[in-house]
Amino acid sequence: MSELPGDLLYTNDHEWLRRESDGSVTLGITDHATSALGDLVYVELPEVGQDIDAGGEMAVVESVKAASDVYAPVAGSVVAVNEDLSDDPEKINADPYGDGWIVRMKIGDFDESELMSPDAYQQLLDELDD
Amino acid sequence: MGSKTPLYDNHVEAGARIVDFGGWDMPLHYGSQKEEHHAVRRNAGVFDVSHMTVVDLSGERVRDFLQYLVANDVAKLKEYGKALYTCMLNPEGGVIDDLIIYFVADTEYRLVVNAATREKDLAWIRKQAEAFSVRVVERAELAMIAVQGPKARELAAPCVAGEYRDSALALKPFNGMFAGDWFVARTGYTGEDGWEIVLPAAEAPGVWDRLLAAGVQPCGLGARDTLRLEAAMNLYGSDMDETISPLEAGLNWTVAWEPTDRDFIGRAAIEKQRESTDRRRFVGLLLEDKGVLRNHQKIVVDGVGEGEITSGGFSPTIGRSIALARVPAGDYDQAQVEVRGKLLNVRIVKTPFVRNGQVRIDV
Repeated sequence: MSELPGDLLYTNDHEWLRRESDGSVTLGITDHATSALGDLVYVELPEVGQDIDAGGEMAVVESVKAASDVYAPVAGSVVAVNEDLSDDPEKINADPYGDGWIVRMKIGDFDESELMSPDAYQQLLDELDD
Repeated sequence: MGSKTPLYDNHVEAGARIVDFGGWDMPLHYGSQKEEHHAVRRNAGVFDVSHMTVVDLSGERVRDFLQYLVANDVAKLKEYGKALYTCMLNPEGGVIDDLIIYFVADTEYRLVVNAATREKDLAWIRKQAEAFSVRVVERAELAMIAVQGPKARELAAPCVAGEYRDSALALKPFNGMFAGDWFVARTGYTGEDGWEIVLPAAEAPGVWDRLLAAGVQPCGLGARDTLRLEAAMNLYGSDMDETISPLEAGLNWTVAWEPTDRDFIGRAAIEKQRESTDRRRFVGLLLEDKGVLRNHQKIVVDGVGEGEITSGGFSPTIGRSIALARVPAGDYDQAQVEVRGKLLNVRIVKTPFVRNGQVRIDV
């Protein structure tokens, strides 16, 4: 298992979140999620401008095996989606924390303590391995 | 923990993601299902299919028995080693299982049936066999390896004992032969050339290692499913079951109606269905919009009715989503599929989608 990026926050559902300097957040799924899903073949993205509730469906990722919902860990409004994924969903497998980002959202205030630090998420992964 | 095949340790060593399949711990993939899929279309891949059930039948009346048990006619098997694909039906015409029958000798046949249906199949076969005094022996001590792809036979040939190698390489499609303790057949479930080899369990790990060393890609159940879907080969439990007749599962070609006086189980029921004009069609679908077709999605045919996807997925060879589906009777070639509340367009296409490395449909 590769090292987790230290500048991200993580969720129980194996999503990651990065705070950008303009106050928006970038969201994606973790390496653990991509290896559990297998090769991705299709990503259904939200519309730019769409409002999404915390816990609401943000995207659907489909692998050769199955379709999985990706949930927004925080409420916000979509300001950008990764259009490259339409033609090349495997970018998520190849680079889940970089080129494989999924959605950028503008958000209000939120409580970071509801998300996991890299250390806490690593601990969750270690427990899943046992 | 489920049952383990003789190759379980080899799978773990090759980095397999292990999943439960009908009570067996089987490899889903070894890293990338798509790469495994492409390896079989372009070169060679090997599958552990030891979970499948091998059953040997013997007796003076074994041919009469099989002519009664299954919908295809074993009288078509004229030469030793020849294989026949068929279904065994219940009296209502539903499919108990699909299977391959190999003609071993005048009083001996070998069956290969599915893993998940093992117990009910054996019970059914044994019950029907009583009246024919046919001996039914499950060969659980044997392993089974499928090596598939355009280079499969060439790369696997050195594993076959020298005295049998040339004969094995000379096997015609859908023929098999004994090679000592081994049974080698030019059959498979991928739409590519290759062999299925039944061999003693103790020899399987060594053969597996030799194949991998020769450059054959280990392949899991994931690739097995996308390959068979592209080849439009039915999967029991998805495309047909005990409530579906072979006629509604695209398996008309596996039913032998002649001779008309051959009384096989389920015949009366499917003869009635054969005459009906509103029998559902079993078709191939190509998704024209973006997305992925999945099992059980609803099909809407405007002005005609509704149907269901029985096997859907992504085709790595075509790069689009394809499916097998049961749809209402009628003459049409466009339909829609409901995916997460939206209707996507699909086109009905002639199957197979892919065979011997070539895409066979217009995309």
